[in-house]
Amino acid sequence: MKFRALAALALLAVAACGGTGGNTGSTQQQPPTANIKPPDAIGAGEGQLNLIAWEGYVDKSWADAFTKQSGCKVSAKYAGSSDEMVTLMKDGGGSQYDMVSASGDADLRLIYGGDVKPMNTKLIPDWNNFQDYFKAPPYNTINGIHYGISLQWGPNTLLYNTKKFPNAPTSWSVIYDSANKGLITVPDNPIQIADAALYLSKTKPDLKITDPYELKQKQFDAAVQLLKDQRPLIKKYWALASDEITLFQNGDVMVGAAWPYQTIQLKAAKAPVDDTIPTEGATGWGDTWMLATKAPHPNCAYLWTAYVSTAKVQALQALFFGETPVNTQACAQMEALQAGSCRQYHADAPGSYFDTIKFWKTPRAECGDGSTNCIPYDQWVAAWTTIKG
Amino acid sequence: MSVETVRWPRPKGGGAVPFSAFFWRYPWLRPLLLLTPPLVWFVVIYLASLATLLITAFWTIDPFTTQIVQAWNTLNFERILEGEAYRAIITRTFLMAALVTVTDALLAFPFAYYMARVASRRSQTLLFAAVLLPLWASYLARVYAWILILNHNGLLNWSLTSVGLPAADIGYTNTAMWVVFSYIWLPFMIIPVYAALERVPESLLEAASDLGARRWRAVRDVVLPLALPGVVAGSIFTFSLTLGDYITPILVGGAGSSFIGNVIYSNVGIANNIPFAAALAIVPVAIMAVYLLIAQRLGAFEAL
Repeated sequence: MKFRALAALALLAVAACGGTGGNTGSTQQQPPTANIKPPDAIGAGEGQLNLIAWEGYVDKSWADAFTKQSGCKVSAKYAGSSDEMVTLMKDGGGSQYDMVSASGDADLRLIYGGDVKPMNTKLIPDWNNFQDYFKAPPYNTINGIHYGISLQWGPNTLLYNTKKFPNAPTSWSVIYDSANKGLITVPDNPIQIADAALYLSKTKPDLKITDPYELKQKQFDAAVQLLKDQRPLIKKYWALASDEITLFQNGDVMVGAAWPYQTIQLKAAKAPVDDTIPTEGATGWGDTWMLATKAPHPNCAYLWTAYVSTAKVQALQALFFGETPVNTQACAQMEALQAGSCRQYHADAPGSYFDTIKFWKTPRAECGDGSTNCIPYDQWVAAWTTIKG
Repeated sequence: MSVETVRWPRPKGGGAVPFSAFFWRYPWLRPLLLLTPPLVWFVVIYLASLATLLITAFWTIDPFTTQIVQAWNTLNFERILEGEAYRAIITRTFLMAALVTVTDALLAFPFAYYMARVASRRSQTLLFAAVLLPLWASYLARVYAWILILNHNGLLNWSLTSVGLPAADIGYTNTAMWVVFSYIWLPFMIIPVYAALERVPESLLEAASDLGARRWRAVRDVVLPLALPGVVAGSIFTFSLTLGDYITPILVGGAGSSFIGNVIYSNVGIANNIPFAAALAIVPVAIMAVYLLIAQRLGAFEAL
């Protein structure tokens, strides 16, 4: 029994490495559900599916068609934050929830909390069409085992007022520059420390930051100090996307860190804004459908994941939110729905593009190089309190 | 005497003893039954949850799995006392609650005085409706309305610049929080002050004027001391509501506007560090306990 699990694990690891080529090769600590073997086939649907999702991820425009073809009645609980998702998924979904559309900053917490279990990518036909990076991104795949199926992603962009900045800023330095005092906004989220670390990895090479989510004490302190120095320049730390939209619309801020969603909304409202990815690169988020360890309706869950991975649904959802599908074949569908959208959202980006995006993952004490002196997430949260005061 | 000597009233129908006779025999049973449900509710919901909070505060979490470790220690409290940021946040929350309370007391007193002692019956009703009207709208709607007033292109700056004054630009600052809190909790101060002022007997004012006190002197020496318990009662509301708030700091506050509630929220929601959040939650509880003790000395509970 143990041998079979190990063999399956090894097979999966080989498959994953073949796909990404970016695997560091070192084995990480094994999550508690690693030995749960995923099913080989999808059985008959249970007639019901309970999801925890970002608001609108289960929109009627594609969820109704799914219910019609699969017979699985979908009920969704919308969560307001990654942290709420983690809380709702406590105890493996509590035999109530089947899946969660978790973002990268929550994934490792769910995986190492034993709240989600491995999924079989062979049961998702469109998985083969995914961008290579999203077949096994480090935020949902550990030691080659997939704890979920990637869904959509987006970069954290630099949003700016085109009247104040006629030329697009080329560096994140604008949000650390005292010349813009009182005109800056950044997200109210501890993961923002990674943005500072990314900036330092380019501007202070002697700190030797390679992964902005795996910071040693000295690197972490430098990032926190940068953000503390930034605090007097900040107009507001935004909590909701709508808050940032209001800030830009009313002229309270001129530049800030944002998602493509805000840019689209502001442009639609004719606000003089644009966004860019500066030369230092950007952080980004990738969402994953993850299967609860105690999911009561696993077959419907697999049917749903396969359905939302299809090019058509991927394109629908991408345009609905201003995010980018992981299925490369969604590009044509996006063009059909809205000309030019494929390029606008980087859905046709080459693999090299993903080297410029550092995707969110939960910071843990365990570093990628095997040592365990990286700063874990609870210290990020504590530091964030001292940063924003 | 034996049990047989007691003559029971003849049971009607069945063999059950009528309840009234039962309660007559055991007079302590009726209040006990009446009080048990609310008492159980109070003990379980109020006191037990507070006790749980207190206990949890002395535990910690495993930073790796964020599971609660039930090992007794005072690390959380040490972290609060040693952390400069936490001290600053607690001080800010306390000072804001005090400032809002004083502001509301100053605004509410003349208003309540007019309502209780000057206004006609008709305008009194109208003023009452005006005071309570904002409470009909959602808290969030009212805070968002203030964002629209105070922001860069908002009503305030527009009004100032159109009469040739420089823009105030107080949106997303602690000043904005002070304005919004004072507005939101004002009705909670006006009502108890009004109730206290209305109870001041007219005869006392007449006596004061008979003894030669002018109107202002009568207000200062007669009305004010009698209305003080009402002000203190109102201050319990404004102080505790401000102390426990975390939504207004998120919405109208700027950088450096966190309240105790915001730190608790981020520790429960983001870090999942319930023990630390519990330790921090004890701070406002302790502040309120001291405050209520002082309020009780000042006779606020008779005015409620």
